[in-house]
Amino acid sequence: MSSLSPQEIKQEFLKSKIGITGIAILAILVATSIIAIVAIPVETFQEWNNPSSWILYPKVAIPIWVNLFMTEKIPEHKILETPNIQTYSQGEVSLTSYQFGLNFDYDDFPNDFIYEFTSEYTGSPLLQMTVIRPDGIKLELLSTSLPFSNSKTIHSERIFSTDEVIKKNLSLQSELFAFTFNRSSAEDIVFSKIQTNEPLKGNYIFLIDLYSVSSESQISESKLIIGGKAFGVMGTDELRRDLAIGLLWGTPLALFIGLVVAIASVIMGLIYGVYAGFKGKKTDETMMRFNDVIYALPALPFLIILSVTISNSIFLMVGFLMIFGWVGIAKVARSMSLQIKTRGYVDAAKMMGQKDSKIIFKHILPQLLPYAFASIAISVPAAITTEAGLSFLGLGDPSFPTWGQILHDANTFGAAARGLWWWIMPPGVMIAITGLAFVFIGSALDAIVNPKLKR
Amino acid sequence: MKRYVATRMVTMFGVLMITLLITISLVGSNMDTILKQGVVFQVRSEITEDPTISESFSSVEEFEGFIQSQTDQRIKVLGLDEPWYSPQRIGLTMYKILFLDFGHATFLISDSGSSDVKDIIFEKLPRTILLFTTATIIISIIGIFLGALSSSKVGSIIDRITSSFAIISSSFPVWWIGMLMIFLFSFTYQIFPARATPDIPSSDPGYIGALLYHMTLPLITIVMIGFGSWAYLVRNFMVGIMQEDFIMAKKTIGIKQNKIIYTHALKNAAPPIVTILALSLSGSLGGAIITEAVFDWPGMGRLYFEAITVMDLPVIIGATYILTVFFLVSIFIADLLYGYFDPRVRTGQ
Repeated sequence: MSSLSPQEIKQEFLKSKIGITGIAILAILVATSIIAIVAIPVETFQEWNNPSSWILYPKVAIPIWVNLFMTEKIPEHKILETPNIQTYSQGEVSLTSYQFGLNFDYDDFPNDFIYEFTSEYTGSPLLQMTVIRPDGIKLELLSTSLPFSNSKTIHSERIFSTDEVIKKNLSLQSELFAFTFNRSSAEDIVFSKIQTNEPLKGNYIFLIDLYSVSSESQISESKLIIGGKAFGVMGTDELRRDLAIGLLWGTPLALFIGLVVAIASVIMGLIYGVYAGFKGKKTDETMMRFNDVIYALPALPFLIILSVTISNSIFLMVGFLMIFGWVGIAKVARSMSLQIKTRGYVDAAKMMGQKDSKIIFKHILPQLLPYAFASIAISVPAAITTEAGLSFLGLGDPSFPTWGQILHDANTFGAAARGLWWWIMPPGVMIAITGLAFVFIGSALDAIVNPKLKR
Repeated sequence: MKRYVATRMVTMFGVLMITLLITISLVGSNMDTILKQGVVFQVRSEITEDPTISESFSSVEEFEGFIQSQTDQRIKVLGLDEPWYSPQRIGLTMYKILFLDFGHATFLISDSGSSDVKDIIFEKLPRTILLFTTATIIISIIGIFLGALSSSKVGSIIDRITSSFAIISSSFPVWWIGMLMIFLFSFTYQIFPARATPDIPSSDPGYIGALLYHMTLPLITIVMIGFGSWAYLVRNFMVGIMQEDFIMAKKTIGIKQNKIIYTHALKNAAPPIVTILALSLSGSLGGAIITEAVFDWPGMGRLYFEAITVMDLPVIIGATYILTVFFLVSIFIADLLYGYFDPRVRTGQ
């Protein structure tokens, strides 16, 4: 037992490189959490398990930055939302033209393209979709009339590049191309060079023309999605979810779980152990037997049974983790308090008739504080890994995307077998980095509290 | 010493009983529903097998009444009419479990086709012991030597590498490293199989070889993640002991550093090391659930996981019981060893 003053501990801590590194990583993680909470609306992350909110995103897309290291650029997934709108009218007929510009600079064809729109109209306006390619060729893709309506109506539709009509229209224009279409899909033709079936780079313009007799027709919302194979900073998973959001939101969750479990179990353990040690005799004996019982419970199996039978809510899980967290700390705290108890000032305080609770909180617990901080820091990674493990087994709280859950999904969809490294690596690295931060802080503190180990 | 052993044993038995009680009370109500459904199913299947029974009734109500009375009768015979928390039933269940009578599994069966929970567990247990005990032994051997080595040269490069490796490896979840290893060595470089379950039947003569081959990847993973913290632990014990007076005295006499470390110091560091060895050996049995799930190793951990996913309660109770027994026995052995090495413990201080 060393009795260091807080100032001394602080000084020693600032000297240790490991400790500083740990604090630095922790600061970054806290900053990330704040960014996640501020920048990503809670709604987005609550929609994590709702497939329909991710429909515009690509499946298992590689992170965009991979393109920096590739000689052959992988097509990025693009969601174009702000078309150029131009309106012409000729007598009765009015034409509204929506133009989406796209700079296509990749060495592979896109996966597909989807045009999603919501339109307000009366009658039955004509919708025409054409594309102007970098070489000036204008391809007709589709011309269709929207379902007839007498009164003003709102109509939403998605036009997919896989539509048979588009294929048919393209095959009508096949004489423009020097190769035979065979089984090439629409996007392979639209984005192809004329001579060979290779991607043509340059600026494409997608034109959506709406012809109508009454001038009230308009497209209120429209999106053109060029389905690529790369998306976002962290890519997407099988369910089209943006992994960056999951990873970002995982940070505050992991910190929350780790810190709450660690702090609560250390406080519980300290008070329990110190009280047992201080009281001694029968109380000590009974309390330590109870401690033995909890200690002997196989933690992981019990956590699994608890989460299956009671609830897998993240808050209850935190409580379950605490049940198994305080035991070891109580044992150490007891033996420490046995030593402190024999010191003169505790006897003196007793003699003066101070209450037990006062002696414990004023004279014994403060002595254990350095040890307490070290054990908090050391217990955090264990709590985080255990929660991640439970989530990995599919027993986590489905309404919160933790890192363990992302890995669980990765495992379910066979990410390892399919080589989807961006789905497996980042969550694990995040778990490890968070763990490391606390282990660093913990071992720096440990070296100060137990100077024997340093030498 | 006898008193010490006796009190420890009584405590351990008490702990075992409490664990059982907690398990039963957690799954009891679910268990009841499942058992009752089983009875209803049994009655109905008996009737469908024997058409003469159903022909002997004139109306549907009469027939349903017959089924109901049959079911009630059997539920009564089995004692299911009382709630699961009635003292007799809990007593009976615990008595049965105590002597390894776990009943029949609801869904899972052993490889040989038995649905007896005892058979299933004793089929899986040796495999878990094979993988995790081997791993723990390798880990502890590497750990003890590396720890002793780095404690002899505190502050050297070896010491620093060991310590930092220990710190870094302890913050990686084993199962995640397992996923990466599968990704690297089963799919990118196809050296080891991704699934650790051998695909040939256990009666085949090549089965042992196949099992060992399938075992390599999980074994490497577990050892890789495990030995660092062991080495670190041993190092810290040793560094503490090397500062004791008797070691200093031996140094001043002029006994060689190596001899001091490997005979005198290591001997004195033995009690905590042996304790941790005993605990981690048993801990390896239960803590392996996730690792086995990742590698698809057909042992206790995966059995546990499968049982939980389909809520096969008899298997869950049985596996928990067996794991707890192993854990307690090893705590007990660790305690005894500690008492043997360190006589101060025995006197109860």
